[in-house]
Amino acid sequence: MKFETFSTADSFLQRLDPRVKLLSSLALIVVIALCTTFSAACGGLSVALLLVLAAKLELKLVIRRLLLVNGFVLFLWLTLPLTYPGTAAFTLGPLDFSREGIMLAALISIKTNGTVLVLISLLATSSVAALGQALVKLKVPTKLCLLLLFSYRYIFVIHQEYLRLVRAARLRCFKAGTNLHTYRTTGYLFGMTLVKSHHRAHRVRQAMVLRGFQGQFHSLYDSSVGKTEIGFALLMLTAVAALIGLELFSRISS
Amino acid sequence: MMAPPLIELVDLTFSYPGVQPPILDRINLTLQQQQQLGLIGPNGCGKTTLFHCMMGLLKPQSGSIRFKGKEIVKAGDFFTLRKEIGLLFQDADDQLFSPTVIEDVAFGPLNLGASPKAAIEASHQTLTELGLDHLEQRVTHHLSGGEKKLVSLATILAMKPRGLFLDEPTNNLDPETRDRLIDIIAGLGLGHIIISHDYDFLAATCVDLAGMNAGRIVAADHSALHTHHHLHPHGSHPHEHGDH
Repeated sequence: MKFETFSTADSFLQRLDPRVKLLSSLALIVVIALCTTFSAACGGLSVALLLVLAAKLELKLVIRRLLLVNGFVLFLWLTLPLTYPGTAAFTLGPLDFSREGIMLAALISIKTNGTVLVLISLLATSSVAALGQALVKLKVPTKLCLLLLFSYRYIFVIHQEYLRLVRAARLRCFKAGTNLHTYRTTGYLFGMTLVKSHHRAHRVRQAMVLRGFQGQFHSLYDSSVGKTEIGFALLMLTAVAALIGLELFSRISS
Repeated sequence: MMAPPLIELVDLTFSYPGVQPPILDRINLTLQQQQQLGLIGPNGCGKTTLFHCMMGLLKPQSGSIRFKGKEIVKAGDFFTLRKEIGLLFQDADDQLFSPTVIEDVAFGPLNLGASPKAAIEASHQTLTELGLDHLEQRVTHHLSGGEKKLVSLATILAMKPRGLFLDEPTNNLDPETRDRLIDIIAGLGLGHIIISHDYDFLAATCVDLAGMNAGRIVAADHSALHTHHHLHPHGSHPHEHGDH
């Protein structure tokens, strides 16, 4: 498993306070998700593309991730033009492809890619740990933040434990097939991983309590909001306002 | 007047629900302030359970625990004990949960009320003393097994304990890290109890030895440990000795 492919590059976006990035991405994504016109959606996508460029990410990796997401979008292209009511754009044998359906699929594609790019450029450029701390500082319920941080820390350990079990099974000549034995063994493997993870969670808690943990995380780093952060926030605010303006203008004029 | 013992167990009995006989059966054990005690015994005889009872993680059914001469009655008393006694877990992955080494080491001092600045200073100092300062910014789950063990020790030492409980500290350590651990423990001069199956390790780090079997301390033989030199066909490869 590999995480945090984008948080290691070096640009001002990586160094920006994660709180500003979290709030900016939230605002951008809400606007992109709610817009219904092509001009606003395309505007959002352009902002997202600019952010990706500013983050100096490896484009190959970004494209690979986009392909993954667009795999899901493909299903919309396969179903929406056939099922959405409207005038037929063209017919293929007995099938009518509706104009409205094609437009909707296109709009969703643009919005999806815009959203994913915003997430890659703004959130994936911070480490999960930094995001967790930022969420705590933004007064998101502590339990949720801890859940995020601990899931991230222990997903490797749980994964390793699972692999260890799989290896042990394989060494005793286990071969997966379509039979009850395979289903039962797979069930055991998952069940055992769950039990082991539960025990580990218990031991981790014990270790924390022994070091004086009382339910409150104290942050080591005093991240401060400086000029760059304020500048970036203003820039994003302008972009969001422009997108809303674009959306309203296109709605009225159409 | 002699200083009271660091910790004293009187008739401590503990059993896991539904399991008979009790895993700890009327244990009496005393650790003086600077005493260095090795605890040896077969798997499943209750050594780890004993540590967990002494740290307040498990609640014994009967018997009492005295910390520096004062009996521990309520949960809050254990907080005082935990400030002064550090427990090193068998599995370092249980102990290290913060993203980076320095954050993990600073976790204890922060909980004890240190300011972030003071916590970083204390952590840095502890890591430097253990020769681990180059690991400060490393991600904890990417460390090697030996590094994880030493960093876990650092997380405890950063809280400036008066005593240590080490639970099978040499498990899965290479000879170099094991020797380093011996040097570190010798250099600390703290009172400690070490659970181990590694006789030579106990000989190098402890003065007294106690045996445990089936929930009882079977021999608290003072000065029973001795060094013995012998030849091994495996040379310096990691190996363990059975109970002699």
